[in-house]
This record gives sequence, structure tokens and C-alpha cells, in this order.
Amino acid sequence: MSILINQNTRVITQGITGKTGQFHTRACREYANGKLCFVAGVNPRKPGEDVEGIPVFATVKEAKQQTGATVSVIYVPPPFAAAAIDEAVEAELDLVICITEGIPVRDMIRTRYKMQNKKTRLVGPNCPGIITPDEIKIGIMPGYIHKKGRIGVVSRSGTLTYEAVAQLMALGLGQSTCIGIGGDPVNGLKHLDVLKLFNDDDETDAVLMVGEIGGSDEEDCALWVKDHMCKPVVGFIAGVTAPPGKRMGHAGAIISGGKGTAQEKLEVLESCGIQVTRNPAEMGKLLKSVL
Amino acid sequence: MKIHEYQAKEILREYGIATPKGIACFSVDEAMNVARQLGGQLWVVKAQIYAGGRGKGGGVKVAHSLEEVRQHAGAILNMRLVTHQTGPEGQIVHRLLIEQGLQIEKEYYVGLVVDRRQQRVCLMASSEGGMDIEKVAAETPEKIHKVLIDPVAGLSEHEAYDIAQKIGIPNCAMQQAYELLRALYQIFDEKDASLVEINPLVLTVDNQLIALDAKMNFDDNALFRHLEIVELRDLDEEDPAEIEASKHELSYIPLDGNIGCLVNGAGLAMATMDIIKLYGGSPANFLDVGGGATAEKVTEAFKLMLRNPKLQAILVNIFGGIMKCDVIAQGVVDAARDVKLSVPLVVRLEGTNVELGKKILKESHLTIISADGMADAAEKVVAAANT
Repeated sequence: MSILINQNTRVITQGITGKTGQFHTRACREYANGKLCFVAGVNPRKPGEDVEGIPVFATVKEAKQQTGATVSVIYVPPPFAAAAIDEAVEAELDLVICITEGIPVRDMIRTRYKMQNKKTRLVGPNCPGIITPDEIKIGIMPGYIHKKGRIGVVSRSGTLTYEAVAQLMALGLGQSTCIGIGGDPVNGLKHLDVLKLFNDDDETDAVLMVGEIGGSDEEDCALWVKDHMCKPVVGFIAGVTAPPGKRMGHAGAIISGGKGTAQEKLEVLESCGIQVTRNPAEMGKLLKSVL
Repeated sequence: MKIHEYQAKEILREYGIATPKGIACFSVDEAMNVARQLGGQLWVVKAQIYAGGRGKGGGVKVAHSLEEVRQHAGAILNMRLVTHQTGPEGQIVHRLLIEQGLQIEKEYYVGLVVDRRQQRVCLMASSEGGMDIEKVAAETPEKIHKVLIDPVAGLSEHEAYDIAQKIGIPNCAMQQAYELLRALYQIFDEKDASLVEINPLVLTVDNQLIALDAKMNFDDNALFRHLEIVELRDLDEEDPAEIEASKHELSYIPLDGNIGCLVNGAGLAMATMDIIKLYGGSPANFLDVGGGATAEKVTEAFKLMLRNPKLQAILVNIFGGIMKCDVIAQGVVDAARDVKLSVPLVVRLEGTNVELGKKILKESHLTIISADGMADAAEKVVAAANT
């Protein structure tokens, strides 16, 4: 089954007329069933136009009505990206994947508030997106490094996820779905939410969870895994060497008030029965060892 | 982004929150003039640096005479102030805040931060003002009261009164506390702050609530709509290499070690530092060149790393996605030539156009140590740094 997206998913690109939106939409269409999956774009100032054959609508609601799409991906610039999420939520899409990096936290707090009791799920912002290999990719990850298989991957970062995937591939392990949940402090799906989905997915046998310093998502997830997960989970946490008080590139990757250290997270994961490695070159190897 | 105490207090006053009378100054003469202007018999001379723990480090002194103001100002200005937050190298004091001294009855703590788990702004308050709040949280968590603020309704009257009561604000100061808390949240919200803290908030002997200290941090992602905050930036407080990095949109943080790392992506950059450490080395920096690095950016990144006199080796770790390995390889070769690289360079490339990238490195005839995988890269760079 994979999780969240598959070859039957139909996608709206918000911000399709921008350079980034066009570039990645093109790459997504070229991947697997992408040609059929990417059916609409949105730009309120350019309705009726098309981008390489993809029709552009004024609103998400209209794009949904006209094409039956249920998922959107957002490449809108940071000052307007939270409003783009709001629009997708208002249109009652199933899933919104926000790639945009640099959205103010205040905007995200309001957007998350408005999402309460709504059906729409959010992945990101500031994330690489989601890929169900050999079916569909929605986001900016290099598609060709993936292959269909039975390992779920969830991570807060982009290139470190690619690294994890490459290690799995070197050992002949394909993936069911890979999700980058993003490096921002206020975001949509958390490790915990994604693990629940993988737990219920018939096509996922085990999960590789990649975390990093800051916040307590990994700990919350580990506590749930301990009592509920019926599949093996292994973990890596980036940032053992990160000094407190310094933001490590991602807006959320900061050790503040002595909380959110990698060491602390690793200990919680281990105490919850999740095998961890402190060596980022051995994520694949560790996963293979628990199969 | 951080700002100084005196700047934060100006913002507090704009929003109607009382602070001690005080003026920032940059020299001992100025300090004397300011103290005279403020009048009274009691002054406080406060070092203005971003780091906390200034008092314990000797950066805050009480003066009982103008002569003492002169002595303290002279001692603090240009001192290398070391606190638990500055690291052992400390921070040189370039600015002072001279304030009128107050007769204090009681000290409280109030602060606002973003609660990531609840995805709300959280107001925290405690009767244990003046203390290290992290210590209070760890040892006596029951003494910290919290309210998660509804982003649409804001801090309600009931919530404000309730928390003020819980931390023991006397009835005579209740109205002041209510107005102060509401104004504080208004600042947090309107200015896109990531931290607003008054520690201590004091009750004076004549029952006035006054912000004795103030700390504010702001969300970097929101600075585009707060030019008034950007103007407050103090470049003296920032590492020159970090300032240079921000000009080129590189995310760079200097560390204590001797192995420079140049990586694309924050997560992979942290993991690269971690694996260097795991193999017995010590990273000299965090450096994320981002998703859209160009050859010029790579060259600037090399220049940044080479500013560090401790640098013994460099590890380039790139997983090409959008960023193509051949572009990075060309950037690395150009940079190595341009800066006349004098330390060993280990390069690990993976991803889009990796073969093309490796070919460019090989044909450059530069002494570049090529690595396959992160473990191999770490092993090679640690060995190179130790020879």
C-alpha cells in the first residue's frame, strides 16, 4: 500500500509558475507515473494558462473541483506560504506537502491553529517531500536513488535522508515510502504520526527513523513505539557534536535550555527498545540487522 | 536574532512596560554624564553583551557614588567578559547601560517562548525571579506556572490575572501585572519574537512593577517584515566569519576542532561533524552550503574555513540531489586553486552526476583524496589531519 501517496494520487502544485515550482514539477512528472499524477497548478493571477500542459487555476478549490486532485505541494515563497497552506486546508485536500523553507514561526502557529479539527494533513514546511518509489514522488528528492521495497524512512532533513536511502540501496533494501517531515520547529506530521502510518501499512516491514537535535519529537515517538509498534524501528540522531544555543542550519535544530540534545534523544530511543547507531555511515547496516 | 538589554527595554517602554531609568553609553566619560543626568544616589553599571550570566561574570556592578560609576564603567568597558554562555573566550564589552538603582521588595520571573510540542506561544511565570530559570524548572518545576496562549484570542484577562495571582503578585499591583503581561504577549506576537524574558521583574518598595532586566530574541525567518529589528543588529557580537557567511547565504558556525567540513544540507552537515568525532577527529565548523550552491558559493565556503588558523584538513561531503556533483566538483577544484589550498582535502561525492564529478576531481591534478561513503571519508580526513 505504501503510506500517504501512491500512483493513483493526483497532485496540485501551488506556486507552479515560479522557477522552483516549474523545475521540480517537471522532475516529478518525469518520475514513474508522474505524468498522470501532476494534474493542476495554482496561481490566482494566471488562471487559464498552462505550464507545460498542466492547467493553472485561480484557486486550490477550483483546481480540486476540476481535476479531482486531493493532494497539493507548495513552492510558494516564505511570506505567502502559510496562506497557501491555509487555502489547501480550506479546500479540504487530504494532504499538503510544503517544501518552502523560511516561513515565520508566527505564521505557522496560526496555520496549525486553523488546521485543528480539519481533515487535511500537512507534511513540512522546509522539507524535501514524500516519495513512494517507482510510483510517485512529490518533492525535491532525487528520484533515481530510490527503489520500491519494504522499508519506511522518516527524517527531518533532506540530504541526510538521501544518505540513509543510499545506504539501504547498497544493501539491496528498497523503500515503501520515504518522508521528510522538515526541519522547522512548528510543522505538520511528526515522527510519531508517520510511525503510526507505517505501523498500519501492510507493505512496510521496518522503519528507519532519522532525527536531529532540538524539540522532543523523537522522544515522543519513541515512547509510542515502545508500547504500540509491532515492526522493528531503528534510529539515528544527528548533532551529537552540536554546541548548545547555536542553530544548526534548520530553524528547529537548536539545543535550548539544555534540552533536545542528541545524547538525551539517543538514550530515550534506546530505553524504548529502539536500536540506534551513533555512526551515520551505519544506518543501513543497522536496519538490515533487525530484519 | 538577538538584541541587547537596553534595546529590548526600549521596546518594552514603547509598549508601556516600566523599566528603570537608564541610558546606553560607549565610554567612561559618557557613563559619568549619564549617571549625573539620571541623578539619585544609586546606579547600576551593566555590561551590554548578548550572553546571559553577566552578573556572575562581573559585568554588572552597583555604584553608590559617581566615583564608583567611574570605577565600574572603567573596569567593565572593554573587559573580556566570560559567562557560562560566552564560552571560555568570552565577549568584549563595547557598550554599557547605566541605570538608576531601585529599592526592591520582591523579584519575579516572566517569559514567553514557543512551545514546539503544543505549537503555541507559552507564557511562563514564577515567584522565583532573578534565579536561573532553567535551574528552577529542573529543581522545583511546581514553581513555574504556564499558560498556552490562543493565537487568535491572545492572552485573556482571566489567564493574565490567574497567573499573576499564582506567582504571588500582591493585589495592589494586579492591574499593573495584567497590563504588563498583555503588553508582553503583544510584543512577542507583533515583533515575531522567539523569546521575550523579564528576569527579574521586580516589585519596588512603592509597589511599582518594573522590568529590571530584559532579553529578546527574534525569528530570523520573520526579519523581512521587521526592518526596525534588523537595524538593532550589533556586528561586534557576531563572529566575523559568521557575518561573512551570512553575506553569501551560507550557514556557518565555527567550532573548536581542526577539521573543516563543507556539506550540503543541515542534517547531513551535523552527521558529518558527528562521524568525524566518532573517528577520533574534531570538527572545526558546521557549514551547510544549502541546496542551490554554485561554484562561487563553494569558493566562499573554502575561504571561510581557511580563516581558521587551527585548520588541519578539510572534508567535503556532498550528496547531490538538485545540486549536481559535477558542479560541486568544479567549484571545489576552482576554489582549491583560487585559495592555494595548503591543507589536505578529502572529497566524498554521491548522487546526481557523481561519475562526472569524480572525473573532474581526478583530472584536476590537485592532490585531492577521494573517498567512498561517509565512513571512508571520516577515516581519511582524520588521518590527514593527524599527519
